[in-house]
Amino acid sequence: MALLEAINPLLSAGWQQGGHEWRLENDAGWRLKDYEARGGYQSLRKIIETSMSPDDVIAEVKKSVLRGRGGAGFPTGLKWSFMPKAAPEKYIVCNTDEGEPGTFKDRDIQRYDPHVIIEGMIIAAYAVGAGRGYNYIHGEIYELYQRFEDALDEARAAGYLGQNILGSGFNFDLFAHHGWGAYICGEESALLESIEGKKGQPRFKPPFPANVGLYGKPTTINNTESFASIPFIFRIGGEGFLNLGKPNNGGTKLFSVSGHVNRPGNFEVPMGTPFAKLLEMAGGMRGGRKLKAVIPGGSSAPVLPGDIMMDCTLDYDSIAKAGSMLGSGAVIVMDETTCMVKALERLAWFYYEESCGQCTPCREGTGWLYKVIHRIEHGQGKPEDLALLDRLTVNIMGRTICALGDAASMPVQSFIKHFRSEFEYHIEHKKCLVPPDVQRTGSTFYTRKMGQA
Amino acid sequence: MLELELDGKQLSVPEGSTVIEAAHQAGVYIPHFCYHKKLSIAANCRMCLVQVEKAPKPLPACATPVTNGMKVFTHSEMAVTAQKGVMEFLLINHPLDCPICDQGGECQLQDLAVGYGDGASRYEEDKRVVPNKDLGPLVSTDMTRCINCTRCVRFTQEIAGLMELGQAFRGDRAEIMSFVGKTVDSELSGNIIDLCPVGALTSKPFRFSARTWELARRKSVSPHDGLGSNLIVQVKHDRVMRVLPLENEQVNECWLSDKDRFSYEALNSAERLTKPMVKQDGQWQEVDWNVALDYTAHALRDVAKNHGAESIGALVSPHATLEEMALVAKLMRGLGSENIDFRLRQSDFSADGKRQGAPWLGMKIAEINTLDRVLVVGSFLRKDHPLLAQRLRQVAKKGTQVSVIHSADDDLLIKLFAKAVAAPSQLPAMLAQVLKAVADAKGANAGVDVTVSAEAKRIADSLVSGASAGVLLGNFVQHHPQAAVLNALAQQLAGLLGAKFGFLGEAANSVGGYVANAVPKGEGLNAARMLAEPRTAYLLLGTEPEFDCADGAAALAAMKQAKSVIVVSPFKSQAALDYADVLLPVSPFSETSGTFINTEGRVQSFYAVAKPQGEARPAWKVLRVLGNLLELDGFGYDSSEQVRDEVLGGKAEFVSGLDNGVDGVAVELPAVSGIERVADVPIHFADALARRAPSLQATADAAAPTARMNAATLARTGVVAGDMVNIGAGGTVSLVAQLDAGVPDNCVRIAAAHSATAGLGAMFANVTVERA
Amino acid sequence: MFSEATLRKIDREVAKYPAAQKQSAVMAALAFAQDELGWLSQDAIAAVAAYLDMPAIAAYEVASFYNMYDLQPVGRYKLTVCTNLPCALSGGVHAADYLKQKLGIDFNETTADGRFTLKEGECMGACGDAPVILSNNKRMHCFMTPEEIDKLLEECK
Ligand SMILES: Cc1cc2nc3c(=O)[nH]c(=O)nc-3n(C[C@H](O)[C@H](O)[C@H](O)COP(=O)(O)O)c2cc1C
Ligand code: SF4
Ligand code: FES
Repeated sequence: MALLEAINPLLSAGWQQGGHEWRLENDAGWRLKDYEARGGYQSLRKIIETSMSPDDVIAEVKKSVLRGRGGAGFPTGLKWSFMPKAAPEKYIVCNTDEGEPGTFKDRDIQRYDPHVIIEGMIIAAYAVGAGRGYNYIHGEIYELYQRFEDALDEARAAGYLGQNILGSGFNFDLFAHHGWGAYICGEESALLESIEGKKGQPRFKPPFPANVGLYGKPTTINNTESFASIPFIFRIGGEGFLNLGKPNNGGTKLFSVSGHVNRPGNFEVPMGTPFAKLLEMAGGMRGGRKLKAVIPGGSSAPVLPGDIMMDCTLDYDSIAKAGSMLGSGAVIVMDETTCMVKALERLAWFYYEESCGQCTPCREGTGWLYKVIHRIEHGQGKPEDLALLDRLTVNIMGRTICALGDAASMPVQSFIKHFRSEFEYHIEHKKCLVPPDVQRTGSTFYTRKMGQA
Repeated sequence: MLELELDGKQLSVPEGSTVIEAAHQAGVYIPHFCYHKKLSIAANCRMCLVQVEKAPKPLPACATPVTNGMKVFTHSEMAVTAQKGVMEFLLINHPLDCPICDQGGECQLQDLAVGYGDGASRYEEDKRVVPNKDLGPLVSTDMTRCINCTRCVRFTQEIAGLMELGQAFRGDRAEIMSFVGKTVDSELSGNIIDLCPVGALTSKPFRFSARTWELARRKSVSPHDGLGSNLIVQVKHDRVMRVLPLENEQVNECWLSDKDRFSYEALNSAERLTKPMVKQDGQWQEVDWNVALDYTAHALRDVAKNHGAESIGALVSPHATLEEMALVAKLMRGLGSENIDFRLRQSDFSADGKRQGAPWLGMKIAEINTLDRVLVVGSFLRKDHPLLAQRLRQVAKKGTQVSVIHSADDDLLIKLFAKAVAAPSQLPAMLAQVLKAVADAKGANAGVDVTVSAEAKRIADSLVSGASAGVLLGNFVQHHPQAAVLNALAQQLAGLLGAKFGFLGEAANSVGGYVANAVPKGEGLNAARMLAEPRTAYLLLGTEPEFDCADGAAALAAMKQAKSVIVVSPFKSQAALDYADVLLPVSPFSETSGTFINTEGRVQSFYAVAKPQGEARPAWKVLRVLGNLLELDGFGYDSSEQVRDEVLGGKAEFVSGLDNGVDGVAVELPAVSGIERVADVPIHFADALARRAPSLQATADAAAPTARMNAATLARTGVVAGDMVNIGAGGTVSLVAQLDAGVPDNCVRIAAAHSATAGLGAMFANVTVERA
Repeated sequence: MFSEATLRKIDREVAKYPAAQKQSAVMAALAFAQDELGWLSQDAIAAVAAYLDMPAIAAYEVASFYNMYDLQPVGRYKLTVCTNLPCALSGGVHAADYLKQKLGIDFNETTADGRFTLKEGECMGACGDAPVILSNNKRMHCFMTPEEIDKLLEECK
């Protein structure tokens, strides 16, 4: 990690190590002066001082093969290139609505390095010709929304935002928009609706935001981590960034490790790092218990049995090959004390609770899924329920406006696929395969603080 | 054009078409709920999923744009499996009790469930129950049946122009509702009943009164405003049970105003006149038709003989049919009187004799959609012409600049480009300013000497900058004491602009009255003079003078002093019982054949949809008999069609002879003086039917009139909003004062056509305001 | 209905958006309204809508869609515990149970003294810090062991 430590401004803030405490007042180093001391805003200056054209900027990002860190892994440079050149009014939007269970990386970027997001967004705005931007910040992290507002004030005062930025003739205004509790607003078009002051119901695509986005104007929307990677790309060059990872999987990435490990937290590792290494960084399995299952990319990604996961490397391609998704890089680790039916029941409830309600299959189907799984967990399952669940997921997947329908279905399919016997046991014996007291000890109070070495 | 293959058929469709539109063009039905051609695309029901070649998953036909070379399969296994899957989800929380549902028999969900449902449901959990909402007197709710297609929500936002409904909460807790405790008050609200594909929103007046399959469906034409909406009237045992729109893209599209839809209640009103009645020695007696007709013929003949035929006046409702109007006119002329008029709320007749033709819209209704600049002068547009307002709302959304000059500033729910609000007396001056500014821009001479205000300039700039402008004069202009001046100014303005120029027809036969010649010729008296110079006898066809005339009080007085008042009407009213001496029961539009000529000159004939109630008879037949009894020539008609064809000189889709031009009207601009009345005719008081529809009378639009003033006028008159005030003009009435910032300075807005204000007299007059 | 300070805060939000897009400030405005009044009554929602020139039902859609608006009165301290899977694996549910037992209320209930309301939350994006409790929508408390919960309750006067 030494290489990264030397060059990555995020890393030098010490935030990727995990093991920090949530005490706002103790946080040091997020202010503009700290960021600048770490070489912050140098990428922006370089772009402007060397008069890079917007096209050059996009080309460099393409070269880095930065893939969107919000979950879908779409190449960021390519996305930027979709923005119509001539449009007079364009927007840049940052997606900090991190609400995918297991994901907590964007919060830490907000917390320790708000200016890296601002710099990344300014560069993006310059590249696509946007005059205004918004950062949509997850409802529950209000303190960080306020911090971001402070950082924006600093950046404005320093001339990084506003008219004629750094004498370049380029104008860009950036604002923060605070969410108020809706997972679906992480979906980009729901997020745009939400900024427009409506409920967060996703829009049908096409048209895509690059053509019809915020207020109907062309809009580029990226995840926080995607924007945060931009200054770094211009620090070491697109190629350098690509080479940090592996082909088609450029750079380093943040992984949020939660669940039954000794040191839950965020870890930045190069793409292609073995999962085993990440597990080790996270302090290994809690209490030395056996790894049972891992959800490698946030709760919407299919679960993988521990042994399959142990053979994976952390990049889009390897995890896809194993039958899941790298998604947002949220790694939820479950040990042998976990009842998979109960775990699925909780996730099913989440999707039921968070469905926006517009598409019939999602609105009606997520509730049905939950009710059936709940029944199984509570000893009222029927043998035909597993086939029913399978049918329902087939009827939901790919038939909705946004991917929440898929997100709700994939856990159900994968949990049943890999842990079918546990579901069957539940139905047959009307109780958990893992005894409740074992479950309780496995999931009892555990905080990194308590477990810290 | 784009080429595609749909279910093996080659098609070519316009650029920008969606798959569902392409299918429609090919006559292929794709099941759907949320899609509606007049509403924005929601793509939320997912019923319209189809297979598209190369797409890995089924796509919603309503939202998927056609691309060149696309291959679509609407009935492939992938498509049908997807559709069935959606249907299953739709049904799990839907009550399966079609036999007791009001929508049963005309429910899209029911129909499709037969084709796409899977018999027994696998769903064994509890069904969701959703509380019902009170949306007001017109729309009944059964929200557990709602499938959240959001058509109703989009309708209120997009077509009615004000979001009165929303989808609150999320997930399967989502509920369609109005803001808590609020009713849906749009004058177009009934359309959500049609739009709702299930039984969640149904007609409150119709509720549980009949099963749909018991109803005969008959075509008709709405007898209210000048649009002439096309109707499907549903009848059971000769009773009109419900009215629905008959789609006509050129006229009402697929919509109806609430007045069009719910006024049918009046057809079954207890006030229906069902027997001929004659007053003898102050006592009303029900008599046989021949007695009543004899009496009537005698009365007319006597008055003509003893007082001269010119002492008889006929006031015809502008909502009467063309045939009825023509026969009254013929009858009067046969008697030797030219005193016949249907322009009951008009007060300025100085353009008579100067007109180049019958006033009309000046264009086809559908041509409104092609205008890029519109100026509407003197119109309570939303309430006077709900569906024309809707058209303007849509064109404004697409970029047409709509501006308004008026004496009120009601929210039209149209994105206006500019507006100028002025006291009634200053309306001509305001229009003259616009004319002046346009003339200046065009280097022409307006011939008027006015200082152009900023508002007028803004309106003029807009008009001048367009390629196809329209100038439309509303009911308020037609009622205005300087109607001829306004007409002349607008004509000049339109001329300079090369614009379309038209009148928004107030009533179902505002054009038809001219075509039927139900206007005085030569020395004949117009409606105003017939009242100002009271006649010995009046013949009233469908008219309720106390509400329908420009000066209700004067009209009532004229009736009371007359020796004989012959009322030919579907209704009896206390007023008529007081002043009339004969009541002849005739059919409302639903029980007679007839013709309305709408504001664009479209000839719309219709048949009776039900048998006349009691002894009521179609008025054209009654008038024919009267003509014969009076031994007048040319009353030998066998059918109403003969009357029509005689009037129109043969079959025609549109009438000719329409022209808004006036010659030689001297433009004089009146000065301001005193406190002026601004009189609107509230939507549900405009005609005898609407006045008698209980559900319409229970709407917010039927609220009791108040005296509305802006803050300055309130202050000047020493009145506080909420106070009772005495308004003095012809007579005095007491009303509650109300603050309305949209009323021009030194004006009081007081509704006309209402019993509470009938005593006030003329619609346009100076009034006094005093705290009661 | 609202104090001058609240209105100025709303104005500041309105200024973030293009002039024709006042409605964009509705989420913030509803949040300020809730801050001031403790919860969002229908009158409060209607007042926000009127201030932003938007239909009341549109504001109600927003108020009812997002989790953190309270359409019913809540206690002075609204504590929301995340019980989603990642948190549950590290004691999130136990923290909720502990709170229920300490306060004698279940989720969506308020203590008799009107001090506390307990809510079950969804993922707060802080799974590494489980158990996580959000107080009054704004302050996040992490690593909430029973001792920490006791301390928090002590602080909530
Ligand atoms: C249900 C749902 C929830 C999502 N939540 C998030 C989120 O919390 N954060 C995020 O960045 N992207 C989220 N996304 C993905 C976004 O729609 C979008 O793809 C992403 O913000 C694009 O940024 P990127 O290209 O930088 O990854 C979500 C998508 C769906 C369908
Ligand atoms: S899939 Fe679900 S969350 Fe996504 S738009 Fe449809 S109803 Fe809303
Ligand atoms: S009609 Fe296409 S999704 Fe509803």
